[in-house]
This record gives sequence, structure tokens and C-alpha cells, in this order.
Amino acid sequence: MLRSNVSRIDPKRRNVLDHRKKQFAEAAYKDTDYPHRLNFYSTPPTADITIEQFEQWAIDRLRILAELEACSFRNKSPAEAASHMKPLLDRYLPLDTNSSSSSQLFAQRQKDHYSHFILRLAFASTEDLRRRFTRVETMLFRMRLNADDSRERQAFINSLNLDWETVSDEEKRELASELAATASFGQKKGSYESQEEQTWCKVSWLRVPELVEQRRVYLRQGYAYVPAREQQAMVVSEFSSRLERQLELTARALPRLDEDDRLTPILAHLSKNFITPDASYVGTSSAISSADISARNIDTLVANHHFPACMSHLHRTLRRDAHLKHYGRLQYTLFLKGIGLNLEECLLFWRQSFNKITDDTFNKEYRYNVRHTYGDVGGDSNRRGGGYSPYSCQKILTEHPPGPGEAHGCPYRHFNMENLQTLLSQGMGVTDRGVLNGVKEDKEKQKFHMACNRVFEHLHKEEIKKAKEDGIMTAAQLETIVHPNEYFKRSYLLKNMGKMQGDVKMEG
Amino acid sequence: MPHSESAPESEDSPIPMVDAVAETTSAETPAVQQPADEDVDMTEADSGSSGTMEAKTQENQADSVTEPATSGPTESKPATGVKLEELFDEMDSDEDEEFPTTKKVAEVKREAASSPDLIDSDMEIDLHEASDPEIMRTFYQRLFPWRYLFQWLNHSPTPTNDFGHREFAFTLQNDAYLRYQSFTTSDLLRKDVLRLMPSRFEIGPVYSANPRDRKTLRNSSAFRPLSKELCFDIDLTDYDDIRTCCDKANICQKCWQFITMAIKVVDTALRDDFGFKHILWVYSGRRGAHAWVCDKSARSLDDQKRRAIAGYLEVIRGGAQSGKKVNLRRPLHPHLVRSLDILKGHFQSDVLEAQDPWRTEEQQEKLLALLPSDQKQLVTALRNKWTSSPDRSSVSKWADIDTVARTSSSGKIDTKSLLDAKQDIVLEYTYPRLDIEVSKKLNHLLKSPFVVHPGTGRVCVPIDVKRNLEGFDPLGVPTVQSLIREIDEWKKPETTEGGEGGEGEGQEQEKHVVDWEKTSLKGYIEYFRGFVLGLMKDEREGMKVKREREEGSGEGMEF
Repeated sequence: MLRSNVSRIDPKRRNVLDHRKKQFAEAAYKDTDYPHRLNFYSTPPTADITIEQFEQWAIDRLRILAELEACSFRNKSPAEAASHMKPLLDRYLPLDTNSSSSSQLFAQRQKDHYSHFILRLAFASTEDLRRRFTRVETMLFRMRLNADDSRERQAFINSLNLDWETVSDEEKRELASELAATASFGQKKGSYESQEEQTWCKVSWLRVPELVEQRRVYLRQGYAYVPAREQQAMVVSEFSSRLERQLELTARALPRLDEDDRLTPILAHLSKNFITPDASYVGTSSAISSADISARNIDTLVANHHFPACMSHLHRTLRRDAHLKHYGRLQYTLFLKGIGLNLEECLLFWRQSFNKITDDTFNKEYRYNVRHTYGDVGGDSNRRGGGYSPYSCQKILTEHPPGPGEAHGCPYRHFNMENLQTLLSQGMGVTDRGVLNGVKEDKEKQKFHMACNRVFEHLHKEEIKKAKEDGIMTAAQLETIVHPNEYFKRSYLLKNMGKMQGDVKMEG
Repeated sequence: MPHSESAPESEDSPIPMVDAVAETTSAETPAVQQPADEDVDMTEADSGSSGTMEAKTQENQADSVTEPATSGPTESKPATGVKLEELFDEMDSDEDEEFPTTKKVAEVKREAASSPDLIDSDMEIDLHEASDPEIMRTFYQRLFPWRYLFQWLNHSPTPTNDFGHREFAFTLQNDAYLRYQSFTTSDLLRKDVLRLMPSRFEIGPVYSANPRDRKTLRNSSAFRPLSKELCFDIDLTDYDDIRTCCDKANICQKCWQFITMAIKVVDTALRDDFGFKHILWVYSGRRGAHAWVCDKSARSLDDQKRRAIAGYLEVIRGGAQSGKKVNLRRPLHPHLVRSLDILKGHFQSDVLEAQDPWRTEEQQEKLLALLPSDQKQLVTALRNKWTSSPDRSSVSKWADIDTVARTSSSGKIDTKSLLDAKQDIVLEYTYPRLDIEVSKKLNHLLKSPFVVHPGTGRVCVPIDVKRNLEGFDPLGVPTVQSLIREIDEWKKPETTEGGEGGEGEGQEQEKHVVDWEKTSLKGYIEYFRGFVLGLMKDEREGMKVKREREEGSGEGMEF
């Protein structure tokens, strides 16, 4: 108490006085120079900047990161994302190459460096924020690395001092066939003739987990044999693992951040603006107040095509088997929770649906999980947070792909075309050839959202037309759906337009 | 690494984590929860243990125990000899508590027998459910290899945090699930198991602090999982769409072959590709197998690396609706080429011949759907051929693909793509189907080896993959009931009637024959003991190297 009072006297000066912090204080006078365009962000910035710069730089970088994340939500390919991002990057966070002879090199790199570290402070606080920050920062880094001039890239990589052992010619000959099979992975035929010349390096597999996961390297006795062109991926994974580690340290240091109240509000504000789309779907915001959502009319809602394909498939499977596997239950329960089914009704719904088991089995094995999902039981934070929020398309598309016998996931992504067609025509009543062909094309291009929205528009075309004519819904309210609950909500509102005009106008 | 602590922290994160339900990270209070890996298990009624064993009267057993005292060379044994033994017992109490000798069993059996009618009391053992607490108690008291379990998890004979901070989770008789139990020694664990009589218990990770103290720690990062064996779970329910002999929780020798081939593929990959040495395969008690990779390097992997291994091994993707589940790029990765070599033979004998998966018309459509979609002609030709000769075996149908492809308009068929498709089909019907969630997470719990499966009564015994993988018979695994009978039926081997020398030996032997050695559990425990010793040896060497290095660098660092 007393000590903190003493140290409050002159916060500016304190840094200099405290002997434990001398090593940092000293660095303030050391100028950082930026020999490379890219930065591994291993040394924190030390020079002074104004509070306006602090805020502005952070906001600029945040804008870029948010856009990048949006690209990944929309399943853009790396090339598409790069072209989409280029004008934005040029505007908010330009980084020129050494060869460009720009006079702004230092300023640009400084801004890049500082903004990165400011956002670290803002996003280190929770696990989730850290993970997302690492992910988008890594995306940004990868994009820049790919765009870099090859000579400068090599110079940058060399400067990193990553120790990689090169595979000897002898060993290469010995493993020729295995290496050949690995090297040609994902390559077009004929493009790997220069097999002999390709350089391979050998590292512990622990350093290239991503390449191992996709079987892009040859493994022997714990060593990964990495072809030259994968080295970029190694640099990227090194970047992301270092950043992860650093963020962890930052998080631990945060509570001790000796800060007056100038920066803390800015940081808090920054992280608040970086919330995920599905996090915004907590509680009842997606539920429709006037709708009668209860266990007994779920079937009606399905029949009226209010559920997107994923949920209607889960529902049909549930009705067919009187059972759903774990992730299916989770995905469906959360969706039902999102449309406003309360816990009692939800328990009733599952109890009635699992009609082949006894009450005892249900209570023992399923009841707890449903309650946990609603935040009725479990740890403090689960209860306080009201359980989990419904899954967004992003989550359904990218996490936990369904295995044998599982019905969850996104039909547009996880079904083959035939089964998808069957589902669409039998389950959802889509028989229009044009729509089905469109869905097929979307699926081939991996635009699963587009396919889903296409089906939505087809099923609701009358209503949408009417809504547009009457001016009830603005264009913004009809943009791409990226959340199953949004699908339901929009569908429900459109179909009940006549009955509840008031409701429609106020919400988006 | 943030990955490694995702689970405990997920409580604080605003975004729901899927695994939170799968593992109840939030079980602040003991709560009823269904373990993630077995969906139908508890719902199945006990299929019943055989009651056909011949009843042996207890008098007989009593005879067998007292026999040595009254026969031949031991006859002259002085009464004081017994006391001497007891004296030794006390000195060696550790061992005797763990593996008590025959005499005690006989006593306990008499106490336990509720009915005065001795024949009935023995019958009871057979008719009892495996989950009968009395039977279970005897098993955990007399047969469970506590010491080796301790050494296995502790990696050293003296207690360390590897064991002390390890989470154990009990499923109690009323199906409540009790998490975050921890014990400093195997003895305390044993006592608690005997006190609570859980229907089974599971092993979790080693935490950074004692799991029992987790609530007293200030922040969540002080309590996070540090290490756990890398685990794999293969379950026959995942083969339901390709096995024809059984479904759900049922298994037979035929479909067990799927597990056999899966073990071969995974075991080879883990050893040759990743360089792991200490891999323990354990029968899960009903219809699957678990692998515990115990190398130090495997234990300390974070979630990302675990996911990488899981992804490396995973080939069969897609749910019930995704159609063709194997879609591999060519050329095949060396791991897949090797796996295909291992699996080819199994495909012919264990799938085509034993399972006969495409015999009916409905089934054959499955096969046709897996052929390349651009070869309609081939598909129609095959369909016509098979319709004209119904009830053709899968072996012939598989051979037909090539024959028809060769004869019909040979120019049009792309042999390369057909070959690829056939390879994919072989893999789809043989390649291991792993329950990948178990492997991905550092803090996933998995049932301990040697626990009794409450439904079947079978003991989760280790499988010696090097010597007897093919010969492993899941249906012949000792059940808790059979084991207890074996103890009772055990006769001290006749000491060689060789005169004076025999006497000393006889005493020696009697003292050291512990209960599990009298039963068919012997081989399994000996195998486990060998495995644990090998692991501890490597661990010790690793420590030595590390210490030397530290000492060496310490000198260099002197200032």
C-alpha cells in the first residue's frame, strides 16, 4: 500500500529510478533499424510516440486484421484474399521493399512494428483473443512473405538463424523413392523433374507440425525431411509459435502494466472492437420475441423451411435414428438455444426425441450435457456466461469435421454432391435444376456460404421480392448469411411478414 | 504454449469450446457426465458371463491350501516355520499387501461367502455381475498390479510429481463422475479405489500443480496440464458401415481383425516415422483398443503437435453422408504406401472373404459408388454382370472389376484412375479408423489398463503386439469372475520330490507366489512389468544424460 503510493508520485520518472528496470530504460536510447521489410517482432519498440499515433496506428492495423479475418470467414483462397487486401494494405499499412527506394521505408516499418506491439497488449488478455490474434497476424505475415521479393525474402530468412540441417546427397539417394513421392505432393505433373537438385532439409518433426499433419514431408525416426519450397511454411509456423509464446508472456505481464489511465481505455476499446461474429450471438439477440418456440413445434419449423440445411439434416437424422452423436447434439442444441428454445423445453425436446432409451439413461448420459450447454451447470464462468453461444458457419465449416456415423457439420461442405442433392430435394424441397446446378458450382469452388444463401433465396424468393418492394427490409438486412441462427431468424421474419411488421422493422 | 492449456482456460473464454462438453473441464463439483468415448456402452445390458463353469466345492480349495502342509516333504515342517514366515511378511509388508498369498484369500473367501452352503457360494461368483462390488473389491485388492501401474506413470521407483500431480477420474457405482483425484503413492490410490469402488477409473494428464489443490491457486495458468501419454482409441463401432458380422457393442473374432490391422498400421507409423519406442496397446474391455505412447518426447507434446500426429494418421474422413471417404492425392505418401502393403493381405482375407461386404444387391451399390464416376460404362457392365448372377461373393466381384475393365472397350478405361480408386477402396475398408479426439487433446482422460470393464467383466489387458498380436482373442480375455475362480482353483505346483533340497525351495516358492501369478493374468502382468521396466530404464538414462550435460555446462558457466 505504502509502496504503491510512493511509486505513484512520479510515474514517468519511476522507470528510470527502478534498478530492476534499468535494462529496459537503457534501450530507450537505442534506435531500432529495420534492415528487412518483414519483421519477426522479437524486440519490443522502445522509442517514444504520441498518444494519437498510438491510437491511430493500432486502429489502422486492426482494420487490416479484421478484414483478413473476414476473408477467411468467406473462405477466400489465398490469392483472392491477397488481391482483396492489397488496396487496403497500401492505404493503412504500407510496407515497401528495400529496392523500392521509397523515402518512407523507416516510417512504414516503424508503424508496422509499433502497431503490432500495441495490439499485442490489447489482445493478450484472454486465451481466445490471443489465439485469434496469432491466427490473423500469421495470415498477414504469410501474405507478406509470399509477396516479398525472392532475394529479400531469402535474406530475411537467413537473418533468422533457424538451424536447419541439409540432407546429404548420399542420404537423398538412399531415400530417393520416398522423397520423390513426398516432393511431388500437390505439384503439377512434370514440374518436379529436377528432383536431384532439390535441396532437402532435415529437422525434428516437432518444428513442422503443420507439414506433418498434411503429410507434406517425409518422416523417418522423428525427423522430417522438408523440401525446399516448404521452407516458407516453416518460417510461418516459426513465426506463429514465437508469437504465441510471446503473447503468453505478455498476458502474464499485463496485470503489472504500470499504466496511468491514458492507454488502458484505448486498449480495452481496441479489443472490444475485435469480437467474433458468433460471439455477438449470445443469449436471445437472435431469438424472436413473438415467436412460439417450444419442443412440440420444432417439427413445424423444420417443415416450414426455417432451418438451414445443416440443421434440417440433423433434425431428420434425429427423427430417423432417435439419436445423434455428441457433436451433432452439441451443434443442434446450440442452434435451438439460439432460436429461443429455453432449457426446459430443450430438455423435453431431447427426451422425446431419444425415444428408444429409458429415462434413467437419458438423465445419466445426456441431461448434464444439455444443461451444461445452457450454462445451467458447470464451472463458474460457464454458468456466468450462460453456457456456449451457437455455432457460426465459420465454426461449423472449420472445426470438427464429421466422422463416420456423424451427422453434424455443413452439408454443403461435408456431403458429396449426390447426398447433398438428395437432402436438398427430399429434405428441403429444392428441385429447381438451376438452383441445384448453382449449388454444385458453389460447392466446387468451395463457396459454401454462397450455396446456402442461394438455397435460402430460392426458398424465400416470394417473400424477399415482396419485402424489397414494400421496402420493409433494407439491402443491408439481406446480405449474406453467415450464421445458422441468422438463417432461421431471417426466414422466420420473412415468412411471417404480414403478421409482425413491427418486429421486422426494428431489427437487422 | 497456449494450446496446451486450452482446456482449463476455456472456462474464461467468451467463445464456447467444443471440448468443454466432451471433457467437462468445468467439473468443479463431481458431476454426472458421460465419458466421451463410449456412447452406447452403458446402455447395453451386460451380455452375461458364462455360468457353465463346473462348480468346485470350497472344501476342495481348502484342501488345496492345506495340502502342502500334510503331504510329503513339507509334513515335517515345524510349527514355528509359519511364524517365521509371518515375520518375513511384516518386513516385506509392502509386497504382501499388494499381492497377498493364498492363505489370506482362502480366509477372505470364507468371510465373503454369505451363504453357509459352500457350493452355492461358489456358483455365486459366476452368476454375479462383473460390477458386483464384492467381486470388484477382491480383484482390486488381490490382482490389480498397483505397483507397476505406479511405476508406469511415475517413471521412477520413488514417488515424483509425475505420479503425484496426475489426475485420476473415478466413475462411481451410481455413475457419478469424480474428477481431479490425485495420489502421492500407489498405496493411497489403491486405498481410495477400495473405499469408493468405482466401476472404472481413468487416467488424465500430469498437471503443473496437485489437482486436488487446483481451487486454492490464484490464477488459472498456475494449474494447467503439462504432460500425458499420447493416446489413440480405436473402436469397432466406427466400423459399423463396413462390418457385416456384428454391430454396436458386439464383436467377434472376425471383426476384431479390423483392430488387429489398425494396430499394425498405427504402431508401425509411430515407431518408424515418429521414432517412438514405448507404445503400450491395451484392450479396452469390450470392442476396441487403446494405445499409450509413453516416450518422454510423446508425453510432453502440446495439443498442436498431437493434432498433427492425428492428422498425419487420419485417412478416412467424412461423415455418413459424404460418400467416398478416402480421397488421397497421388503419388501416395510413403506412410500410405507402407500401410497399403500391410493392409493388402488383410483386405483379401479379413474383408473380402470374412466380411463379404458386397454380397447383396444393395451392398454392391456401395462398391459401385466408389468406382471413378467418369467410368459409367464400367459401372453398368459390372452391374449387369452381377444382376445376372446374384449371390456372387465379394471376392469374385472384386476380381470382376479388373476382368471387366480389361475386356470391355479397353481403350476407354483409364487404368491409372481405376487403380487409384481400387487403392482408395482397400484403404476405406481396412485403414484404421481412429477416434481422433482422444489423441488431439493433452487433457483427455482414458480408461486405465487392467481396469475391469463393468459391462463385460473383462480386464483391460495389454496386448503384446510384437509377439502375439494376431493371436490375441478379445473374447478369451480373462474376466474378473474367471480370475477369482482361478485363484481358488490354484494348486501349489508339486515340489519335486527330491529330498532335503526340496523343502527349502518349497518354502521359498510358497512365499513368493502372489495371487496374479496363479491366474491367467500372469502373462499380461509380466508383459506390463517388462514394458514398465524398459520405460524406466530409458527414463533413467535420459536423466543421466541431462544431469551430465547440466553439470558440464555448470562448470563452463562458472563466474
